Amino acid sequence: MARIVIRNLRKDFGDFTAVKSSSFTIEDGEFFMLLGPSGCGKTTTLRMIAGLELPSAGEIWIDNEEVGRKPASERDIAFVFQMFALYPHMNVRRNISYPLKSQGMPRTEIATRVAEVARILGIEDILDKPVGGLSGGDRQRVALGRAIVREPKAFLMDEPLGALDAEFRERMAAELRALHDRMGATTIYVTHDQLEAMQMGDKIVVMNQGRIEQFGMPQEIYDWPATMFVADFIGSPAMNFLRFNGRVDKGASTVSVGESNLKIPLQLQGASGSLALGVRPEHISLCDTGEYRGRVIATEYLGTTQIVILDTAHGTVKARVTSNRSVRPGETVGLAFDPETLTLFDENTGRALLSEANRRVLGHG
Amino acid sequence: MSIFSITEPSGRQKWIAGILVAAYAVITLIPLLWIIATGFKSPSDAIAYPPKVMFDPSLEGYVNLFTTQTRITPDMEATLGEPDTWYERLVREKGMVIAGPSRYGERFLNSVIIGFGSTFLSVFLGTLAAYAFSRFKVPLKDDLMFFILSTRMMPPIAVAIPIFLMYRTLGLSDTHLGMILLYTAVNLSLAVWLLKGFIDEIPREYEEAALIDGYTRFQAFIKVVLPQAATGIASTAIFCLIFAWNEYAFAVLLTSGEAQTAPPFIPTIIGVGGQDWPAVAAGATLFLLPVVIFTILLRKHLLRGITFGAVRK
Repeated sequence: MARIVIRNLRKDFGDFTAVKSSSFTIEDGEFFMLLGPSGCGKTTTLRMIAGLELPSAGEIWIDNEEVGRKPASERDIAFVFQMFALYPHMNVRRNISYPLKSQGMPRTEIATRVAEVARILGIEDILDKPVGGLSGGDRQRVALGRAIVREPKAFLMDEPLGALDAEFRERMAAELRALHDRMGATTIYVTHDQLEAMQMGDKIVVMNQGRIEQFGMPQEIYDWPATMFVADFIGSPAMNFLRFNGRVDKGASTVSVGESNLKIPLQLQGASGSLALGVRPEHISLCDTGEYRGRVIATEYLGTTQIVILDTAHGTVKARVTSNRSVRPGETVGLAFDPETLTLFDENTGRALLSEANRRVLGHG
Repeated sequence: MSIFSITEPSGRQKWIAGILVAAYAVITLIPLLWIIATGFKSPSDAIAYPPKVMFDPSLEGYVNLFTTQTRITPDMEATLGEPDTWYERLVREKGMVIAGPSRYGERFLNSVIIGFGSTFLSVFLGTLAAYAFSRFKVPLKDDLMFFILSTRMMPPIAVAIPIFLMYRTLGLSDTHLGMILLYTAVNLSLAVWLLKGFIDEIPREYEEAALIDGYTRFQAFIKVVLPQAATGIASTAIFCLIFAWNEYAFAVLLTSGEAQTAPPFIPTIIGVGGQDWPAVAAGATLFLLPVVIFTILLRKHLLRGITFGAVRK
């Protein structure tokens, strides 16, 4: 297993830059998520690590070797494709054993390894079937089998659950995570599904337009987004932004949003002009006395919680409250924000302003 | 039910369709049946008017096709013993003896060598070129593809005279190699275009998976792309073979002895005292067989091949 270091990696396709100078480190045994909307460069990054694309600039270190110019076949990594890419003219057993054959492994050892992998994945009964007739889940398992049978330095997965039905996806996600924990293999996983990333990842890199927006543990990213893009991309519903014109000084612990004075974490950075106050829906509570007020537009019932959509002086706000609180569309209610969870953003740069609360997460960058 | 849905045709529509198909089959098959039947007629039945539909089948045409014969006098015949084989007896009945084999066998073999040789070469080069055009960044790719196609925009025979002169100078006239090269040159543009269509349809992920699994680009091509392209290769091979097998004009112009193929040879089969139609028909019938057999062998690939591009897996 391996530690993977990416340094100033860049990829140009003609005039278009798919990946702009990215750097991050994947520790040995980590389950690492590359998250972002389609076209953000996450798949290109993964393909460069795999050796399926040549970087335009930058370095890729696997363990202590720079592999940026090495062919894919010599990097000793496994890749799970979104559409699985099982060899259609071979049966399951031959698909799984194919990477071992290229290493010139003796037949008996191949047979042992394939049997072992089939047992782990629970696909012993389909080993001699052609891959054509398999269900999505079985294809996925075969693709995983082909990857793990080699015991490679790292697994790279490009939206491996994207082609599966919703119900199956959750089960496979759990299986994948369990498999990873059992093998302790360094895994890089590309997805555009933020829930999947939060659910499975040890660490997440959020990419947008070829740039790394934030890099950290799921909860750090969720609680303390570094940019408005991350705040908006992660969480369902996304973080609310109260947009206002004003200023906040270094050392301030309140901010004036329109008429209201709201408590915020102690600011370590000041800014003025177009600002946005970010608040997660679950950090808003409804109270009749609240100074900041909004009119209820609609509610969405979600079982134990409900999403209340409100119109305020600074835009639409979604609040997540318990379902037993009854709210009627049209009524005006007070909103209270949990002060310790708030983040201020400078809208011009899109970046979060450093505060006492997010310093631990964002302070280094 | 929308008006765009595909509905089962009614009984009457099926009848009409059936009659049309049958009529088309009759029109296209009658010449073929006539050729096959004539091959089994005696020379007098073959030219009988009105044409004979019912006749006594005879293998005389086939015997004449494969042999050269000499007329003998009754005195000489008396000195010969009883004929050893059925075909000698057949010839003897006409007052002739077999003097030796005819050249049909050689010509047929030439057709096989040149037809399959050029087909193999066209498909081999075509597959490599199509793969490169499909997968790699080739400078001026679109222009090159158009150039390749443009070689088919005029009838090949339009350049017959230059090729004739060129071949004479290069010593390629009337050689197997010359004919294989010529048919390959004509077929290659078709092969590249057809095969590129097929290879474009094969997802790159298969090769990438093979690269990741530790294989080189060439191994991935051989072990993963080629099996996937089998359909396209088979149907391209059939198209190439049909052209090379049936080609007449260049064969007449460029071959006369050594490398002459069957098409220019068949019409020159002359019997004793006039054109030997049964022998000509027999030659044509046998000549049809290799393409038919080749096509039947590859037909399960061909069916999908004809709809190439139209159906995604």
